[in-house]
Amino acid sequence: MIPAQFDYVAAESASHALGLLAEHGDEAKLLAGGHSLLPMMKLRLAQPKVLIDIGGLAELAGISVDGDDLVVGATTRHADLAASDLVRHEVPLLAHAASQVGDPQIRHRGTIGGSLSHADPAADLPMALVALGGSVELQGPDGSRSIGADDFFTGFFETAMRPDELLTAVRVPRQPGVPWGYQKFVRRANDWAIVGVAAVDGRIALANMGPTPLRATAAEKALAGGASPAQAAQHAADGTSPGEDIHADREYRRHLAKVLTRRALEHQAG
Amino acid sequence: MTHIEVTVNGEKRSAEVEPRLLLVHYLRDHLGLRAANVGCDTTSCGACTVLLDGKSVKSCTVLAVQASGHEVTTTEGLSADGELHPVQAAFRQHHGLQCGFCTPGMVMAAVGLLAEIPHPTEAQVREGLEGNLCRCTGYHNIVQAVLAAASEVTA
Ligand SMILES: Cc1cc2nc3c(=O)[nH]c(=O)nc-3n(C[C@H](O)[C@H](O)[C@H](O)COP(=O)(O)OP(=O)(O)OC[C@H]3O[C@@H](n4cnc5c(N)ncnc54)[C@H](O)[C@@H]3O)c2cc1C
Ligand code: FES
Ligand code: FES
Repeated sequence: MIPAQFDYVAAESASHALGLLAEHGDEAKLLAGGHSLLPMMKLRLAQPKVLIDIGGLAELAGISVDGDDLVVGATTRHADLAASDLVRHEVPLLAHAASQVGDPQIRHRGTIGGSLSHADPAADLPMALVALGGSVELQGPDGSRSIGADDFFTGFFETAMRPDELLTAVRVPRQPGVPWGYQKFVRRANDWAIVGVAAVDGRIALANMGPTPLRATAAEKALAGGASPAQAAQHAADGTSPGEDIHADREYRRHLAKVLTRRALEHQAG
Repeated sequence: MTHIEVTVNGEKRSAEVEPRLLLVHYLRDHLGLRAANVGCDTTSCGACTVLLDGKSVKSCTVLAVQASGHEVTTTEGLSADGELHPVQAAFRQHHGLQCGFCTPGMVMAAVGLLAEIPHPTEAQVREGLEGNLCRCTGYHNIVQAVLAAASEVTA
């Protein structure tokens, strides 16, 4: 399968990429790891006229600590996030989520910025960002702004990011030693979650239980009110209306959400 | 057309290519390196696996222009002077292939895995090959071959 024709520009800097985005408007797409965009282009579900490659921009990559936060550059690849001793120590749930994406080859290419921008409700890193209460940093023609995870994912493959903006970095609160749980239910190797659950510090996030990654707020409330993990998990699917596909119908997904939430709360790693 | 410069199996190559040219097609059709196969063409089967700067990638989901300025290694680049690479030799020794279609990708994924984890456990080998499908062998002998190659390489 061959993508439709396009022009290719390797961006020289983040500001160069922003300039190109402004110049080409709707015709242009940013290319990071290409592991969501290129498959869509091969299927001709996406046909951008211009690809602006930010995958090689060192200024957007890298992992550091800034006060109480861990800051991850947008073009940091899943494999580097998963293998980073700093991430594994400061925010182990994030490293684990990255290690659950696809397979080794996919993790060598895909980036955290690409995954969050793509906003697949079944994906690992969007769910992790919601569970962690993190935020994303966006840069646009009028300067930069920051959006919290709960406000960033607005719909099915939709975010609050504007087309002329660039996601530059991801911020998550450092939480070394805080217990966390992660459950991803799949039937095939290298697949997206049929249902996923990430739990840490009283917050519970669900993957593939709706158009965006969701907070299991009823279960969180029950936990805060002193319910046991098993009791709280009974509320994990409250208010959700997940989609149906060949893997699972709605009731099965709702059932899975409860079982996986119980497991995520009971089998917490420190 | 876009100018690319890629080091393939240690040799500097340059070309004018359409930006939409996939790396696997550049390797197979432009350079005549046909070890990497196109199986699924949807980033699932791993038959097209090559190393990009030493890391395994699926070349059906990388543009040739993205490889410009980087190093690509294919199965053809593993064996020096007709000597099989230890991973290739182990696949032959341990019957790690039947029809052979998945084999170049399996071998490259294994070489990439052993570069990252020189002494993998069986579970690490199985996880490390999660991106590669084989319709013939049932995987057992592939895993045995990679474990054998790991002890060989470091022996
Ligand atoms: C077979 C297969 C299996 C997979 N399995 C999983 C899985 O199990 N779990 C999972 O979570 N994911 C999975 N993925 C998706 C993978 O994680 C992708 O790497 C990721 O979704 C996209 O990241 P990317 O860097 O490749 O983005 P790209 O494909 O380059 O870009 C994706 C989108 O984001 C935009 N974009 C990219 N970077 C930025 C930025 N910095 N600012 C603004 N916009 C940007 C692009 O314009 C494009 O619209 C899988 C993919 C494949 C092909
Ligand atoms: S052909 Fe590339 S993964 Fe199957
Ligand atoms: S040997 Fe036939 S597909 Fe693996």
